[in-house]
Amino acid sequence: MSESKEVVLKVFRGDPRGGEAKEYTVPVGPGMVVLDAIHHIQGYLSPDLSCRWNCKAAKCGSCSAEVNGKPRLMCKTRIDDFPAGEPITVYPLRAFPLIKDLVTDVSKNYEVNKRIPPFTPAKDVEWKMFQPDVDRVQEFRKCIECFLCQDVCHVIRNHGKLGEFAGPRFFVRLANLDMHPLDSLSRLQFLKEEAGLGYCNITKCCTEVCPEDIHITDNAIIPLKERVATRYYDPLRLLWRKLTGK
Amino acid sequence: MDKYETHPYDVIVIGAGGAGLRAAIEAKSQGASVGLICKSLLGKAHTVMAEGGIAAAMANIDPSDDWKTHCADTLRGGVYVNNWRMAQLHAQEAPERVRELEQWGALFDRTADGRILQRAFGGHKYRRLVHVGDRTGLELIRTLQERTVQLGVDVYMECTVTNLFKEDGRFAGALAYWRESGRLMIFQAKAAVIATGGSGKAYKITSNSWEYAGNGHAMVYDIGAELMDMEFVQFHPTGMVWPPGVRGLLVTESVRGDGGLLKNNKGERFMFKHIPERYKGQISDTEAEAEKWLTEIREARPITARKPPELLPRDIVARAIYNEVKEGRGSEHDGVYLDISHMPAEYVKRKLPSMYMQFKELADVDITKQAMEIGPTMHYMMGGIRVNADSQATNVPGLYAAGECAAGLHGANRLGGNSLSDLIVFGRRAGLYAAEYGKKTPEAKIPDAAVDRAEKELFAPFDRKSGPSPYEVHRELQEVMTTYVGIFRSESDLNTGIQKLQQLREKAKTISVEGNRQYNPGWHLAKDLDTMITVSEVIARGALLRKESRGGHARTDFPKMEDAFSKVNFVAVKDGDKPKVEPKPLPEWSDEIKKLMAEEKK
Ligand SMILES: Cc1cc2nc3c(=O)[nH]c(=O)nc-3n(C[C@H](O)[C@H](O)[C@H](O)COP(=O)(O)OP(=O)(O)OC[C@H]3O[C@@H](n4cnc5c(N)ncnc54)[C@H](O)[C@@H]3O)c2cc1C
Ligand code: SF4
Ligand code: SF4
Ligand code: FES
Repeated sequence: MSESKEVVLKVFRGDPRGGEAKEYTVPVGPGMVVLDAIHHIQGYLSPDLSCRWNCKAAKCGSCSAEVNGKPRLMCKTRIDDFPAGEPITVYPLRAFPLIKDLVTDVSKNYEVNKRIPPFTPAKDVEWKMFQPDVDRVQEFRKCIECFLCQDVCHVIRNHGKLGEFAGPRFFVRLANLDMHPLDSLSRLQFLKEEAGLGYCNITKCCTEVCPEDIHITDNAIIPLKERVATRYYDPLRLLWRKLTGK
Repeated sequence: MDKYETHPYDVIVIGAGGAGLRAAIEAKSQGASVGLICKSLLGKAHTVMAEGGIAAAMANIDPSDDWKTHCADTLRGGVYVNNWRMAQLHAQEAPERVRELEQWGALFDRTADGRILQRAFGGHKYRRLVHVGDRTGLELIRTLQERTVQLGVDVYMECTVTNLFKEDGRFAGALAYWRESGRLMIFQAKAAVIATGGSGKAYKITSNSWEYAGNGHAMVYDIGAELMDMEFVQFHPTGMVWPPGVRGLLVTESVRGDGGLLKNNKGERFMFKHIPERYKGQISDTEAEAEKWLTEIREARPITARKPPELLPRDIVARAIYNEVKEGRGSEHDGVYLDISHMPAEYVKRKLPSMYMQFKELADVDITKQAMEIGPTMHYMMGGIRVNADSQATNVPGLYAAGECAAGLHGANRLGGNSLSDLIVFGRRAGLYAAEYGKKTPEAKIPDAAVDRAEKELFAPFDRKSGPSPYEVHRELQEVMTTYVGIFRSESDLNTGIQKLQQLREKAKTISVEGNRQYNPGWHLAKDLDTMITVSEVIARGALLRKESRGGHARTDFPKMEDAFSKVNFVAVKDGDKPKVEPKPLPEWSDEIKKLMAEEKK
């Protein structure tokens, strides 16, 4: 725990034309989080510092940034988690195009989302579902769309494939739809051909940064991969399809 | 006007919380062209933070529940100054709106026999709140968001509407800026649904986010729409008080609904001292009976005991806490204790996962073992834009309002859970009627002069080379509202408050902002101050005129409820540069409601 009364933040300032980290010295109070420090900078030192936030309670997924190099929610990142006396760096998410300071253009995520075939219940279903069946889907529905997992995934971050690769956030959404007890649509072809599930090589970096503790790889991606594999590569199934035309 | 990017629509919906999304879905489904506009990214509106649940008399665990009881609870909770027709429609339609969410993919917690589970909440006679742990708002907003996307509604994210225009006495369109670039744009629309939420950022301690700056209220007021009941501000009894950075953050009422107890520093359950006459029939007056209730909910049995007094409506609990602290029985950081550690740890973690996380990570408190420290926080505005109960139409043709920014349903005090249901019931109605109007009405021309004037005002803070920072003025505003128009009010405080607000209005005209138009939060705040100060003054003037205490409005100089005020709403319109606030008679209860309320009294 840090005991010092001040902290130095190195906050990236700039836009697509260029920029650099600027130093700000901010007073520290008990329990303070990085977002508090950013608000202090806006309120007293630099009113045009751009960042996103809404809830201040890890519920909305707006305040994503890279703090000391790690993708995090600023409202959930305590100053006293870091060694006292050392500056804390705050950068925008690097996998997305910069808009200004800590704000990036995440619109491509929304574009990916639009292409996902929506929830499609069977006609005339009885709206009964049981908690044990709902539990595993509810895990996926905890997602607050902070896009930290998208930011950290090398397929997006290093290979710039967002678009042809849906990314962990949207595998979570696809798993949610797929495992919904009353959904009737198969999205396996979409997963294979449009969502680029094959690009994922299960490094689990996404799971590590998820602030909602969603087990993205184990509970969403791996089961989806298994289903795609059975559907497309299972020899018995292939034979069956040939014979029946299904 | 040609110099701006322009978008024509039958209907624009301003705000993409629950109310705006539901309105957009309905208007689009009716065949209108729809533009949906919001200040943040899609899915980040206030609604996402809602925790406890959606109130709907589905009678899934308490079979005696029905719309009549829900309606009566809402009127009693609102201390009888609600619009009865809204309370009726709300109670009647909420269950269907919830089922619809489920059909669009929402997954609520389940009963043992596979139906939607419901939990107890303050002021609701039966277990009525449909929920998902303590993240119901996320479930609601994500479901509606996905539906909106599926229907192909055009969404304008990070786009702020700054002015509405009127021509020939009706709504004509709106001016907005992109946050990213600061560039202006015009929505040439025939109808608008305002769904912009509240104005809580005028207060220092609040559960509200930066988005709550009274934009919608002030914009409609500016073109002649009426605001109503603005003095009724809800202070939620349980906000976090420590550490300082989280002060005001909400601690959901579900904590009490699921068995949390309120205690002062003597360990006393002080709420037993504060049971008002009209709740005597519903609330336990002994610890033994309250204890029995606790066992019944823990074991999910039929409820036979009356609810504990912790579950009285929010206004009553908030004031009781305030008094405990004032009289020296508070906790270390000027709150009181909220304790759920007597319930099994697994139960707490399952029912309240995000509260568990919030306290553990932000306050170093393990709520399965320790008590929370809590105190009142500004939370909700019962007052707002005056609308027709059925159609949500304002007095300006083409202009509709729904959700927290609209008034009427909640009267003097809102019951927990009644906001999320409000959003889906009246969001749908607003979308329906706005689409009907928008489809049949020709475009009105937006007056050029008004656009020019708006543009000049908007950019003026960039031209001033010196002047106070918007953040400085904001801090002063929060100080004024908290000190003079807070949880307890008096004539002299309110007069001082109004005077200070007028000084702040002048000061706000001298604000200077740094930097350029690109994503500049200082500049955004400068504009928000203008609307927050307007709304704050209307709140203060309503509070001055209501010489009684009722619901969210408490006067130290008039501590009792007065008959003279039980039949009026205070309605504000813009009159030059000041609000004119006048009493208007409350619509008289229908015979059905009279009968129902007489029966409920028994
Ligand atoms: C922490 C918390 C917990 C809560 N829990 C519950 C609960 O359990 N049950 C319950 O019933 N209620 C609860 N409430 C209350 C309820 O969540 C809100 O009242 C409700 O969500 C408001 O919804 P809305 O659609 O009216 O507005 P919001 O969801 O706030 O949406 C407002 C929208 O308007 C937009 N907007 C505002 N101004 C402009 C502008 N100038 N231009 C463009 N867009 C604009 C915003 O960007 C946003 O999209 C809670 C509130 C909070 C803060
Ligand atoms: S597990 Fe897959 S999706 Fe997750 S970070 Fe690694 S490659 Fe990306
Ligand atoms: S899955 Fe987790 S990390 Fe990814 S967007 Fe959702 S909440 Fe964020
Ligand atoms: S501000 Fe909402 S997640 Fe941080």
